[in-house]
Amino acid sequence: MNIVACVKQVPDTEALIKVKPDGSGIDEGGIKWVMNPYDEYGVEEALRLKEAKGGEVTIVSVGPARAMETIRTALAMGAEKGVHVSDPLLDNTDAYTTAAALAAVIKGLNPDIIFCGQRAIDDDSGQVGSILAAILGIPQVTIVTKLEMADGKIKAIKPIEGAQLVIESTLPCVITTQKGLNEPRYASLPGIMKAKKKPVDVKNAAALGIATEPKAKVAKMTPPPDRAPGKIIAGDDPAAKAAELVRLLREEAKVI
Amino acid sequence: MYFDETHEAFRASIRRFVDKEINPYMDEWEETTAPLHELFKKMGDLGFLGIRYDPKYGGQGLDYWYETVMLEEIGRIHGMGVSTAIAVQTNMATPAIAAFGSEYLKETYLKPAITGDMVTAIAVTEPDAGSDVFAIKSKAIKKNGYYVLNGSKTYITNGTQADYLTLLAKTSDEPGYHSFGLFVVPTNLPGFHVSKKLDKLGLRSSDTAELFFDNVKIPAENVIGDDREGFICQMKQFQHERFAVLPGTCVGVDNMIAMTVDYLRQRIVFGKPLITKQVLRHRLAGWLMRNEALRQLTYHIVKMKMEGLDATKEVSMGKYLAGQLISEVAGGCLQMYGGMGFMNETLISRYFRDARIMSIGGGADEVMLEIIARLEGF
Ligand SMILES: Cc1cc2nc3c(=O)[nH]c(=O)nc-3n(C[C@H](O)[C@H](O)[C@H](O)COP(=O)(O)OP(=O)(O)OC[C@H]3O[C@@H](n4cnc5c(N)ncnc54)[C@H](O)[C@@H]3O)c2cc1C
Repeated sequence: MNIVACVKQVPDTEALIKVKPDGSGIDEGGIKWVMNPYDEYGVEEALRLKEAKGGEVTIVSVGPARAMETIRTALAMGAEKGVHVSDPLLDNTDAYTTAAALAAVIKGLNPDIIFCGQRAIDDDSGQVGSILAAILGIPQVTIVTKLEMADGKIKAIKPIEGAQLVIESTLPCVITTQKGLNEPRYASLPGIMKAKKKPVDVKNAAALGIATEPKAKVAKMTPPPDRAPGKIIAGDDPAAKAAELVRLLREEAKVI
Repeated sequence: MYFDETHEAFRASIRRFVDKEINPYMDEWEETTAPLHELFKKMGDLGFLGIRYDPKYGGQGLDYWYETVMLEEIGRIHGMGVSTAIAVQTNMATPAIAAFGSEYLKETYLKPAITGDMVTAIAVTEPDAGSDVFAIKSKAIKKNGYYVLNGSKTYITNGTQADYLTLLAKTSDEPGYHSFGLFVVPTNLPGFHVSKKLDKLGLRSSDTAELFFDNVKIPAENVIGDDREGFICQMKQFQHERFAVLPGTCVGVDNMIAMTVDYLRQRIVFGKPLITKQVLRHRLAGWLMRNEALRQLTYHIVKMKMEGLDATKEVSMGKYLAGQLISEVAGGCLQMYGGMGFMNETLISRYFRDARIMSIGGGADEVMLEIIARLEGF
C-alpha cells in the first residue's frame, strides 16, 4: 500500500504562548516544537497499516525549515520518506493554501490512503484534511477512533453525541484522526539513526505550481483579556445575600 | 554546543518515554518498587539500554555523548530510585562484561541485558566490606570445572529481581590484588538465596537486597577475563558507575531549583512572595552556579573519555561534588518549602530522602577524596 501521513510542527502543549507586541503572530523565541499530537495518531496508524499490508509510508509537511525535525521524527518512528514544502511565502499561511500545497505533492504520490490530524493544536482550525479531500476529489472520514481495512475498503468508527457512526469508504480516501485511534510509538534509537539517511524532498511553492496568496489572513492576534477579580457578597443574612446574587446575575452579569 | 540535532531527537524520544512510561507510575512504584523486567523490556526494544555497546550484541555502537543524553534524561525521573536501577543495568553491572568478557559471556549475558530480557545487578559490597573492597570475604574456589561460591553480599540494587549478578569474589587466599575474580552469577543457580529485601530511607522505588551464597556452582566459563584480575576489572567498571550519576545529578538539581522557584513565586509571606527575599535568591543562584560547574566538569570528562584519556581523578571529583551538591540543594529547597516540604505529597521530600545516597553509594565521599589525594601523589 502507498500511504501518506501529513504532519504539522506545532508548539509543545506545555509551551507558554506569548503574542508579539504588534499582534502579528506569536513570539517564537524559546518555544519547543513538536509534532501535532493528532498527526502522531496518523503516523502511527499509517505505520500499522504498512506493517499489516506491506507498502510504504510517505510523510508530507508544509512548514518553515524547522519543520524538518518533525519529518525526521516521523521517519524515526518508521516512515520511509518525506516531502517538505518549505517556502517563506507559505509561512503561517491559511488552511486552504496549506491543503493546496499538500494536494499538489500528494497527487504525484498516488496514495491509497491519506492521514491527517483532525486539527492542529496551534490554530485549531480543523479544516486542512477536509479541504485536501475536496481538492483531490476523494472521500473523507473525519475524527476517526478506529479503522479497519478489508477488500479494498475501509471501515471507520467516528464517535458522535452518545453513539458511534460506522462509515465505509472506498479508497483512496482521507482519514482525519482523533485521540483513541491508537497509542503512538516512541522513536527508537536505531530508528533515529536510520532517519538521518532517509530521503526528504524539499519543494517550494513555485515547484508545486500553487498560488501562495492566502484566502484568509490573520488580521491581528490579541491575548485573551485578564480575568476580572471575583466579587464577594458580604453580609450575615443568607436570604439577603441570595437576593443580591440574583440581582447581580441579572443586572451586571446579564446571564439570567 | 555539545549536542547536535540527532542527539536532540534522541533526547526528545527518551524524555517522552520518561514522561509517559515512568513518571506517572513513580508514586505507585515508591510503594511497591518498580517492575524492572517490564520496564527494561520496553527500554531495550527502543535501543536505550545498549547505547555504547557493540551492535553485534544488540548495542547501538554510539559514543559517550549519546550515553550522556540518556543519563541526563533519566535525571528527569521524579526521584532517584528508578534512574539508579536503570544505571545499574547500563553502567554498573555490564561495562566489565563488554570490556573484558568472552564472546560466550557477551552473547549469553550482555545481549539480553541490552535487549531488556534480563535484569542485572552488581554485587561487590558485603556486610564486612564496603569502602574497603579489598576486604571482601566471599570466595569462589575452582573445583571440577566450576567455581564454588560461598559468602554474602549486601545493599545490592535490583537484587530481588536480577537474572544475574556481576559479582566480585576472592579466588585464592594469596595476599595482594591478584586474588579476585569477577563473575557472572545467574540467580537461578542452586544455593543462591535472597536473604532479605531491605527497608530504606530513600530510593524506595528501587529494590535493595541482602544475598546469600551457599556452595553455588558457577560454571567456569562465567568468569569475566582473568580469574585473578577481578579487582582491577571492577575498579575500571567503577569508573563507569561513578560517571553515570553525574549527568542526572545536574538535571535533578536544575529541576529541584525550578520547582522551588515556582513555589516561592506563589507563596506570600510577610505580604510578599518569598522569591523576593534576597537571602533565598542568592542561595538559589549559588546552587545554580555550582551546578553549572559540575555540568562543565561532566562534559569535560565526556571529552576526556572520547579522547581515550583516563578520567579517574575527574570522575572522583565529580562524584564527590555531585553528592555534596544534590544533598545540599535537596535539603535547602525543602527548607524553602517550609512545612509543605516536610509533607510526603511534595516531591521535594522524596528528593531529600533519595539525594542522601549520592555521598554513600558507589564509593563514599571520603573514598573519593582519598582517590583524588592518592592520584595527586600525597
Ligand atoms: C541504596 C544503596 C544501594 C547500593 N547498591 C549497591 C550495589 O548495587 N552493589 C554494591 O556492591 N553495593 C551497593 N551499595 C553499597 C555501597 O556501595 C556502600 O554502602 C558504600 O560503598 C559504603 O560502604 P559501607 O556501607 O560498607 O560503609 P563503610 O565502608 O563502613 O564506611 C562508613 C563510612 O565511613 C566513612 N569512610 C569510609 N572510608 C573512609 C576513609 N578511608 N576515610 C574516612 N572516612 C571513611 C564514609 O563516610 C563511609 O560512609 C549500595 C548502598 C546503598 C545504601
